[in-house]
Amino acid sequence: MTLVDLLVEPWTFDFMARAFVTTTIAAVVAALLSCWLVLVGWSLMGDAVSHAVLPGVVLAYILGAPFALGALVFGGLAVVLIGAVRDTGRVKEDAAIGIVFTTLFALGLVLVSVTPSQTDLSHIIFGNVLGISSSELLQVAVLAVVGSAVLLVKRRDLVLFAFDPTHAHAIGLSTRRLSALLLGVLALTAVVTLQVVGVILVVAMLIIPGATASLLTQRFGRMLVLAPTISALSSIVGIYLSYWLDAASGGMVVLVQGAVFAVVLLAGPRSALLRGRARRRVRARVSR
Amino acid sequence: MSGPGGAPALEADGVTVRYGDVLALDGVTLRLGRGTVCGLIGMNGSGKSTLFKALLGMVDLTAGTVRVDGGTPARARRRGAVGYVPQTEAVDWAFPVSVRDVVMMGRYGHLGITRRPRPADHEAVEAALERVELTDLADRQIGQLSGGQRKRAFVARGIAQDARTMLLDEPFAGVDKRSEATIVRLLRELAADGRTVLVSSHDLHALPQLADEAVLLLRRVLFHGSVAEALEPDNLARTFGLDVSDARGGGAA
Repeated sequence: MTLVDLLVEPWTFDFMARAFVTTTIAAVVAALLSCWLVLVGWSLMGDAVSHAVLPGVVLAYILGAPFALGALVFGGLAVVLIGAVRDTGRVKEDAAIGIVFTTLFALGLVLVSVTPSQTDLSHIIFGNVLGISSSELLQVAVLAVVGSAVLLVKRRDLVLFAFDPTHAHAIGLSTRRLSALLLGVLALTAVVTLQVVGVILVVAMLIIPGATASLLTQRFGRMLVLAPTISALSSIVGIYLSYWLDAASGGMVVLVQGAVFAVVLLAGPRSALLRGRARRRVRARVSR
Repeated sequence: MSGPGGAPALEADGVTVRYGDVLALDGVTLRLGRGTVCGLIGMNGSGKSTLFKALLGMVDLTAGTVRVDGGTPARARRRGAVGYVPQTEAVDWAFPVSVRDVVMMGRYGHLGITRRPRPADHEAVEAALERVELTDLADRQIGQLSGGQRKRAFVARGIAQDARTMLLDEPFAGVDKRSEATIVRLLRELAADGRTVLVSSHDLHALPQLADEAVLLLRRVLFHGSVAEALEPDNLARTFGLDVSDARGGGAA
C-alpha cells in the first residue's frame, strides 16, 4: 500500500469524509476563539462553560430543540451562577467556577443516565465525529460560520477588551457586553466542538491552538491565521491516526494538538531554550 | 481655575466610595481647571486608583457626584474626553500588539462597528507617535519598549483619542531619570494645549517641574493647592500616615 493510498483510502467512505470536514470546521472556529481566550486569561472559564453546556444539550435533545439553544441557555446560566457565588464574597472566583461547572456537568451526566437512547448521548460526552450525520454536519457548519463571523467583525473590540478593559470602558465601550459576546460565542463553539472531541475535551480545542500560535508570533493578526491553520492540520492528522490505529478520534485529535504545542514550546522560534538569548538582545537594543 | 466661561474640566463633589466594609474614598471634593497639570499624591491604598475609577465612572459612588467638562462621566466617555494611562502592573506586556496598534486603540471611540481605521485615523496615529517621538519604534511589540517609552506610547494613545483630560496612574514607576524628564516635558506641552492632566504618584521629586498644583489624598483630600505648600513636612507627614500630633503626644508620654 502506497502513502497516497493510505491518505486517500479514508475519503472513500462517506462517514470519514464527513468526519474530516466536520473536524476541520470545528478546529477552525475553536482556534479563532482560542486566540482571545488565552489573551483574556479565560482558560478556566472556557473549561467551565464548555462543561456546563452538557445539561442544556441533553435537555435540548429530550425536547427536540436545537443543541445550540440549550448550550447558550446553560452557558449563560453557568456564568450568572459563577458571578452570583463569587459576589457573595464567601468563596474565591476559582472555587466559584469549579463548584458551578462541575455541578452543572454532573446534572448533565445524571440527565444522560436517565434518558432513553443513551448511546446517542454518550457521544456528547466523548465525541463521535466518525458517526456524524449530514444534518449534524450542516448544523455545525452554520454555527461555526455565525461564531467566526461575530469574532471577525468584532475582532478589534475584543482585542481591546483583552488588552486594556479600562481603556475600552473609558472610550465608551461596554466591557460587560463584550464579555457577554465572547461568552456567547464560547457556548456556540462548545456545541460545534463537542461533536468532534466531546464535552470533556472541548476546552483543549479552545485553548491549545491560541497558546501555540502565541508562541510563534507577536502579531495578533498572524495569530488569527496561525491558530486555525495549525488546529485544522493537527486535527486532520488526528483523524487519520485514529483511522489507521483504530483509536478514539476525539482523544487522538487533542493528543496531536498537545504534541504540536509541546514541539513549538521546546523548539519554536521563541522557545524556552532560545528565549534567554533573545531577551538579552532586546535589552541591549532598548538600553541604547 | 476653570477655563474662560466653561465648567471645570474635572469636578468631584463629596465623592464617597465603599467596597464592602472598606471606606476607599470619604467625601472627596475637587475641582480642576483646563490646561493644568495636577499631581495626586498619596501612599498605596490612599484611594488614588479608586478616585481615577470614580472619574472614569467605573465604580458605584456611595455618595457624591462626578462631572467631567460639566457633564456626566458616561457622556464624557462617549465623547472620548478622558484618556487613561494605566500603571505598569496593569498591562500584559507580552500581549501581541504593536506600539502602533496600541495608539490606534485611542481612535476606536471615533470608529464604526468593525473599528476599521480610515485615512484620518492613520494620520492621527502617526501624528501622535511623532509627538511622543516613537515613530521609529511604532512596529515594535509593546513589551519591547523601555519603561519610559511604554508610558509615552500610552500617552500617544490619549493624544490620538484627542482626550481633553488625561489620567496617568503612577507614570514614573520603573522609569529612568532621562525618560522621566521627557515625560514631564510632554505632559507640560499637553497642558499648554489646554488639556487637563491628573497624575497620580507616590513619588515626589518630579512634582515641582511637573505640576501646577497638588492634591494630597488619604481617602479624603487633605490638601489642595500649590506644589510648594504640598511638599511642606507637616502636610507630607499627614499624607503618608505619620500623624505629627500623635508622634509628638507619643514622645511626651
